[in-house]
Amino acid sequence: MWKSVRKEDERPATPTPAAPSVAASPPAVPVKEVKPLMEPPKIDSYRADVAHIGKSVLVKGELSGSEDLYLDGEVEGSIDLRGHSLTIGPNGRVRANVNALDVVVHGKVEGNLRAADRVELKKSAILVGDIFTQRIVIEDGAFFKGGIDIQKADAKPEQKAAAAVAAPVVSHTPPQQPATTAVSVAPHPSLLEPKKF
Amino acid sequence: MSSLLRFFRGQPPSDPLAPVDPKQERIPRRSSGLGEFTRALAGQEALRILDLGPTSAANITHFTGLGHKYHNEDVLVSAMDPTLVTGTGMNDAVGFDVDRFMRENLNHEAGIFDAVLLWDMADYLPEPLVKPVVARLHKTMKPGGALLGFFHTKDAGPNAPYFRYHIDAASKTKDGLLLQPVWKPGDNKQKTPMFRLQRVFANRHVENLFRDFASIKFFLARDNVREVLVIR
Repeated sequence: MWKSVRKEDERPATPTPAAPSVAASPPAVPVKEVKPLMEPPKIDSYRADVAHIGKSVLVKGELSGSEDLYLDGEVEGSIDLRGHSLTIGPNGRVRANVNALDVVVHGKVEGNLRAADRVELKKSAILVGDIFTQRIVIEDGAFFKGGIDIQKADAKPEQKAAAAVAAPVVSHTPPQQPATTAVSVAPHPSLLEPKKF
Repeated sequence: MSSLLRFFRGQPPSDPLAPVDPKQERIPRRSSGLGEFTRALAGQEALRILDLGPTSAANITHFTGLGHKYHNEDVLVSAMDPTLVTGTGMNDAVGFDVDRFMRENLNHEAGIFDAVLLWDMADYLPEPLVKPVVARLHKTMKPGGALLGFFHTKDAGPNAPYFRYHIDAASKTKDGLLLQPVWKPGDNKQKTPMFRLQRVFANRHVENLFRDFASIKFFLARDNVREVLVIR
């Protein structure tokens, strides 16, 4: 019924009605070219801009990268995404110290979170560890066991020195390696360091 | 820590870590004890506060907004780990692995906390843990530190709600609380409190419990709760 000879009509620019009855009545105004409906970002489109670790993936070792990461699997070791965001999905299980720009937690984390900007615990989050950040958002329902140290931006230089002494983040990414998200670069022999306040 | 790792492996039906319905009502309540506690901390910065109640975003925001370092440890949840119960009853006496619990919880350096929010946790803890937990708090608090505790003066029955205490930041008198009842997840028609009151302390029992502390001050509230401010 909607056969068209012209090739332009095959382009997905104009949405096709789902059923003929929908388009039975003639439009009140001249039909204009309609841009594709902008759907809210889903995981698939989010994945295009963000590295993604699926829920069946287990990583043991040091995880580092220079892009945002959505982690829905299991990680043991350490995670270093300085300057980038880490989102731990609802299936995510992390036993690692984390260093990133922002950290959003939907799943379970055992380890210290160090975020230069913000940490957000969603209502399904379970975090056992300390938080070092400028801002923190905790949804009602989140479980948290540990300490929170709010560090203002102007205290960063002092706190970097203190952080280096208190809880050094191990990152062995060699400078000659390309800036990509590396997985299992090196096995991490020890578990998390004990909490210290 | 390992008890919480067991929680990571799966959530039992009545899981204290299950998300709390944010739509549950919050009951405002004035607290003379909280007012005194707040005054004890006034004018000081970068204090270390230990909150032993359930995670409360309001409390975290309140204390971190004042520039303090905030620690949260819901000891009651950890105490409900069924693997801490030893023995099977009958000829095998039922006990509690206090040593393991104390190894895995409240593991802080000595003399580190300036203030502790005990809330009413002592009323709900298993009996073998009450004195060891208070002794550990004594060890981890700085001399002169303040501890705020609530103790029920009577048992209101098995359906008496267990509350999560939120500091009311909007309270102009700095003594406002918002009480949020916490029910066991599952059947919403029959509201069962998440935890059951284990005991009712008399005044002398509370004094005895904190005998190693420097001073204790009582505040009696109208809702059958005795508030105490204890100085380390």
